[in-house]
Amino acid sequence: MAQPTTKSKKADATLAQQYRDYLRQMILIRRFEEKSGEAYSLGKIGGFCHLYIGQEAVAVGVLSQLRPDDYVVCAYRDHGHALARGLSPRAVMAELYGKAAGCSKGKGGSMHLFDASRNFLGGHGIVGGHIPLAAGMGFAIKYRGTTQVAACFFGEAAVNNGAFHEALNMAGLWKLPVVFVCENNRYGMGTALDRATATYNISERGSSYDMIREVVDGQDLSEVIAATNRAVVRARKPSAPTLLEIRTYRFMGHSMSDPIHGHYRTKEEVEVHRKRDPILLWSERLKAEGVIDDAGIQEMEASVQAEVQDAMDFAEQAPEPELDELYTDVYAPVKGEA
Amino acid sequence: MPVVTYRDALNQALREEMRRDPSVFLMGEEVGVYQGAYKVSRGLLEEFGPNRIVDTPITELGFAGVGVGAAMVGLRPIIEFMTWNFALLAIDQVINSAAKMRYMSGGQVGVPIVFRGPGGAALQLAAQHSQAFESMYAHVPGLKVVAPATPADAKGLLKSAVRDDDPVIFIEGEMLYNVKGEVPEGEYTVPIGQAEVKRAGDQVTIVCHSKTVGVALAAAETLAGEGISAEVIDLRTIRPLDEATVLASVRRTHRVVIAEEGWPFAGIGAQVVDTIQREAFDDLDAPVLRVTGADVPMPYNKRLEKAAKVDAGKVVEAVRKSLYVE
Repeated sequence: MAQPTTKSKKADATLAQQYRDYLRQMILIRRFEEKSGEAYSLGKIGGFCHLYIGQEAVAVGVLSQLRPDDYVVCAYRDHGHALARGLSPRAVMAELYGKAAGCSKGKGGSMHLFDASRNFLGGHGIVGGHIPLAAGMGFAIKYRGTTQVAACFFGEAAVNNGAFHEALNMAGLWKLPVVFVCENNRYGMGTALDRATATYNISERGSSYDMIREVVDGQDLSEVIAATNRAVVRARKPSAPTLLEIRTYRFMGHSMSDPIHGHYRTKEEVEVHRKRDPILLWSERLKAEGVIDDAGIQEMEASVQAEVQDAMDFAEQAPEPELDELYTDVYAPVKGEA
Repeated sequence: MPVVTYRDALNQALREEMRRDPSVFLMGEEVGVYQGAYKVSRGLLEEFGPNRIVDTPITELGFAGVGVGAAMVGLRPIIEFMTWNFALLAIDQVINSAAKMRYMSGGQVGVPIVFRGPGGAALQLAAQHSQAFESMYAHVPGLKVVAPATPADAKGLLKSAVRDDDPVIFIEGEMLYNVKGEVPEGEYTVPIGQAEVKRAGDQVTIVCHSKTVGVALAAAETLAGEGISAEVIDLRTIRPLDEATVLASVRRTHRVVIAEEGWPFAGIGAQVVDTIQREAFDDLDAPVLRVTGADVPMPYNKRLEKAAKVDAGKVVEAVRKSLYVE
C-alpha cells in the first residue's frame, strides 16, 4: 500500500477503516451514476449528463489527500468529485433534478455543482476555462501566505486549449500551490487522444512550465493517493505546482446521448478496460489484505444502494424553485437588504 | 478644489483603495516595473510591492481567469487590460466565469472583481485598436458596466467599483487620460448606477457617456449660440442604466439625441431608445436620433477616421434635425 504504508499484515485499524471508506466512496459514486443514468433516461434529469463511471479512483484518491480548507474546481463531469468531496447524495441528486434543495439551488444543474462550505467551487462547463480559476485560487493562497492547496480536475482534451497553457505558465512562473489533475480518459468526446494531441505523453507538457509532473495509473487507487500526496506536500511547502497525468478510462459514453461504443471505439476496447475496473482492483486488494471480505462488501453495497435510493426519493419529492428565484443571485443583494 | 488629470484621479483611487483594503491587488501587463502602459499605475509598485502590483505575461485569458479565481476565494482583484481591444482574448473568463458564477452556484460564490483599462479610439490606430465595447459587456446579466467622462467621476466610480461585490467592467477613455478637472479632496465615491446632468437645458436632451460627454458639451455650447438650450446627461454607468434621470429630462425637453462612440447596431443608444419609447412615448415631439461611430471597422486614413467618429458638428446637426430647424 503506497501512502500511508501498512508495514505489517496486522493493518492499523484506522487505516483499514480509511481504506474501506475509500471503497465505499467509489461504490457510492458508481451506484449514484447508474441511478443518474436511469433518471436521465426517464426524463427526470434534463440538459447534459456526463457520467463518471470508470474514473472513480481519480476523484476519490485525489480528494482523500486534501484538507477541508483546500479549494477544488473541476470540469462538467463533476458528480463523482462532488460526492468524493463530501456533498450529500441528496444535495447532488436534487441538483440534477433541478430542485431548490440542490447544492446550487437548481440553478446550476449537472455541470455546475457547488458547495462553498466545502470549498467545492464548481463544476465548469467550458473545456479548460476553469484551469485559470484554480491558478487564481493558488495565487490567493500565496497572497495570504497560508498552506492551503488548490486542486483542479480536467480532461486530457483541455490540454490543447489556450487556457491550460496560460494557467500552467503562470502557475510555474509564480510557483503557485496548485495540483493540476489531468484525467486522461483517452477521448475528448469522440476524438481519441492520438487524433487531437501532437505529443501523446501529456505529462510532458509540464516541462514547458518548469513543473514537476507524473504519469499515474488512475485505475489503481493507491497509485493515485501516493502521487497526489507527493504533489500536495510540494504545494503546501515550499509552494510548487504539479501536473499529474492520471490515466483512466470512461466506461460509459461521453454523455447520456453517446453510446458506450460505436463510431470512435470498439466494444472490445471497452471490455479490455473494464477488466481494470478501479472498484474491482481496490476490492481485490483489500480482500487480499484482509481489510474486508465478500460479506463486508455485500453489506457495503446494500447500504450504498439504500443511500442512493434515498437521494433519489428525496430529489423526487423536493419542491421546485419558486419562480421569483429566476431573478435572484444575478447580482449581490443590495447592502442593507436581505 | 484640486485640478488633476483623469489619469491621476484613477491613480488616486487605486492607491486609496489599496491602502484601505489589503485584499485589493492590481494585476496586468506592465502595471508594475513599467509603471503602466498609460501610467495609470505610476508609483504603485513602489508603495505596495510586487505581491500586490503584479506584472503578468501577455496572457489576457489567463490573468483574467486568475483574477476571477482569486475573487472567488475572497480577494478583490483589479485586472488591468492594457486596452479593451486585447480583452477580447479574455472574454470567456469575463462572461462565462465572472458574470455567471454567482447565479450558477445558487448565490454561493460571488466574484468581486474590477476589469479596467482604456477603450475607444485614439488617433489613427486603425481597426484592431479603436473599438468601444460598452454595449457588448452591457448585454450580459451579472456584469456592471461603468464608463466615466471626468476625473472626478473616474475616481469616485473606480472606488465604488472596487468595493462592489459583483464584477465591474470599467472602461476608461484612452483619449481622456490627459483631461483635467476638479476632483474633491478627501474620501468620496460616486455610486454605480447614477447618471448626472452635466449641463442643464430645456429644449433637447443629449444623452452621452465617456468620450462623447465632451463632444456633447461642445455641441451644447455651439447650440446655445444659436439660441438652442440643450441638456447634457452623462450616463456614467451603462449597466445598471439610470432610466429615471433620462426620463425626467425627456419629459421636460421632449426631444432626444443620443451620442456614443460605439457602433450603431444594438448599441447603448438603442437600449436608451427602447426605454424612452416605452416610458415616455407621449412626451416625445420628435423621433429620438442617434449619433454613433460609423458602422465600419476603423480606417487608418486620417480623413476617413474623422468621418467615422462622432464629433460636435454631428451632434449639433442631429439636434437641429430633432428641433426641425434648418
